[in-house]
Amino acid sequence: MHIKQELTERHVLTLTVDNEAGTLARIAGMFTSRGYNIDSLTVADISEDHTTSRITIVTRGPPPVIDQIIAQCERLIPVHKVTDLTEAGPHVERELALVKVRGTGDQRVEAMRLADIYRARVIDATVNSFIFEITGGPDKIDTFVALMREVGLVEVGRTGIVGLMRGAEGS
Amino acid sequence: MSEDFTVPEKSGAEILIDTLIEQGVDTVFGYPGGAVLPIYDALFQHTKIRHVLVRHEAGAAHAAEGYARSTGKPGVVLVTSGPGATNAVTGIADAFMDSIPLIVLTGQVATNLIGSDAFQEADTVGITRHCSKHNYLVKDPADLASTVREAFAIATKGRPGPVVIDIPKNVQVATASTDVKRATSSRFNPAGEADYAEINRAVELLANAKAPILYTGGGIINSGPDASAALRELAELCGAPVTSTLMGLGAYPASGDAWLGMLGMHGTYEANMAMNQCDVMLCLGARFDDRVTGRLDAFSPDSIKIHIDIDRSSINKTVRVDLPIVADVGAAIRQMIEVWKGRKYKAAALDDWWARIKGWRAVDCLSYAGSTQEIMPQYAIERLFAATKDKAPIITTEVGQHQMWAAQHFHFDAPNKWLTSGGLGTMGYGLPAAVGAQMGNPDALVIDIAGEASIQMNIQEMATATQYRLPVKVFILNNEWMGMVRQWQELTYESRFSESYSDSLPDFVALAEAYGWKGIRCSDPAKLDDAIAEMLAYKGPVMFDCRVHKTSNCFPMIPSGAAHTDMILHSDEVSGTMDDEAKALV
Repeated sequence: MHIKQELTERHVLTLTVDNEAGTLARIAGMFTSRGYNIDSLTVADISEDHTTSRITIVTRGPPPVIDQIIAQCERLIPVHKVTDLTEAGPHVERELALVKVRGTGDQRVEAMRLADIYRARVIDATVNSFIFEITGGPDKIDTFVALMREVGLVEVGRTGIVGLMRGAEGS
Repeated sequence: MSEDFTVPEKSGAEILIDTLIEQGVDTVFGYPGGAVLPIYDALFQHTKIRHVLVRHEAGAAHAAEGYARSTGKPGVVLVTSGPGATNAVTGIADAFMDSIPLIVLTGQVATNLIGSDAFQEADTVGITRHCSKHNYLVKDPADLASTVREAFAIATKGRPGPVVIDIPKNVQVATASTDVKRATSSRFNPAGEADYAEINRAVELLANAKAPILYTGGGIINSGPDASAALRELAELCGAPVTSTLMGLGAYPASGDAWLGMLGMHGTYEANMAMNQCDVMLCLGARFDDRVTGRLDAFSPDSIKIHIDIDRSSINKTVRVDLPIVADVGAAIRQMIEVWKGRKYKAAALDDWWARIKGWRAVDCLSYAGSTQEIMPQYAIERLFAATKDKAPIITTEVGQHQMWAAQHFHFDAPNKWLTSGGLGTMGYGLPAAVGAQMGNPDALVIDIAGEASIQMNIQEMATATQYRLPVKVFILNNEWMGMVRQWQELTYESRFSESYSDSLPDFVALAEAYGWKGIRCSDPAKLDDAIAEMLAYKGPVMFDCRVHKTSNCFPMIPSGAAHTDMILHSDEVSGTMDDEAKALV
């Protein structure tokens, strides 16, 4: 007997939650305990009075599992609202990455040239290193990081995705 | 110049007790320890709350479950930090799976010690986070009252469940103003009535069905006695047969004409065949558990499925349904009755359907080979039922064969009379649950139908029954085996009985006497009725060691990974092995 694998879809979910101790653990732990995937997760306080946070989770699963993930999130007491951006229609996704490269001579020039093409900004420089700041969709960042590997990548930090619906309406 | 504000201040412990009383709590099941001493001291000075001292914290949680399920009120547990809390975890998880309202108050080390590996420190909120409906760590006594109020609302409303409140010792001692009126939270808004468009559609489907079935579950019990009454009326109106999960027994009376018996792995042939062959399935407060559905791709393949549940995450979780309705099941059934009557529907002609059901009933799936030499376990349950059915007993069980035989052969006509660990399947549940049920129903006949293995898992609670003079009866079907394990080993592992023999059993009669109980032993079917009568006549607690046939199997049975139509009946030859796919299923 072998374990069967199922085809999965990528979905971006946003959750409006109470900003209180344990909320993130509750949500992240629910994903773990029910065997759901988390590709990325970001969380930050978004309200004037610091009572509400917004969590963006990128997850993967067959459609019935995605539906179940949303239902399980909604069942948690501190979760007020769950939106499936992937299902809801046109939306934007952005991620920020900080990318450190080390090198001299041609390698350094090439890193700078690629950064320019990808509209990455230099936010730190020494005679033999740069830190680039780049924002964009996950594909763009993946590609940029892959290129930087060729020219002396030291390390990379990524924020994970945040997303909003396009147009004038809130989600 | 200071104004004379005389805002009364109270300790966290006093605020807690006051708020419990305000919430209508009259009974608390608990066990003291270092981190809850301030609460126990406050409790000492109040007379409105009875504290039941259990002998193990697992017993406290199960007793609170028994109290909650038999009374409809939330059960309250009070235990200390560290091992007190971790011992209660099984009961919390059990209540979470079976949707039982509990408030679990746990002591915690002082806030300044949290995280320092202090004596009797455990991360209680971390440990209980995914086996409770919600939990809190209260860091300020000023937050206690509002937290407790919200906890009661969360535990009891919507789909009920356990809520844990972890209270550090310094928060119990520190004082706060008692007139703190914080805005009560409105963040928890469970579903109520259903949308009428959906109800209309459900009624239409039911009224036009040729082979309908009502598949009912524990949600009806949780919705309250009105929901059970409504179910009976709906069944009467539509003329459909009714089956139920293990959790829902009693919602529809077993003596009712439309009753098919329990469905699922050890359900009746007629219930499972009717589920398989129906054209419209109305699922009321049940959740398509794997023990109910059997093999999913063969589960009721041709039916239109309507699912009413208060918890949206229960809908479409394992079985895709055609008409999902998120609502309180009691309210939704009332709405269906209203629409049915308003539109003057008549029950469809279901004669053909009932004729088929009659054919399935004729299989007589619960029959078993009788014996005049030995007590057959099914026979023991039948005789216990016959002797007690007019006394409206509350039955609790442990987990295993005896539990399934009780579900099959003991018949329930009212809700809140059947307390069993369904979802989690917790051995050791029945005795403490009986203690809790008896505390909540002092005049009721409370019987724990047990197995000789399960009963030993929380046997220390015999002392609790003795202390509070609770006349609970423990009826042990003693076959000297962990019977359900033995049965599965016989059916799937070619009778390799790995570690399933109950060796070195205590003398249950002597044990009963040691705890101040009465002990009765019976192994002769001819003497069984008299022995049961003796048990029932005794005013105090009784442990009944019923020696039954040792290797009886519980049938009918849908084997692991099989469809509803592939039931094993008692007369069938059963093979001794299974393929890996079947073995891997639970």
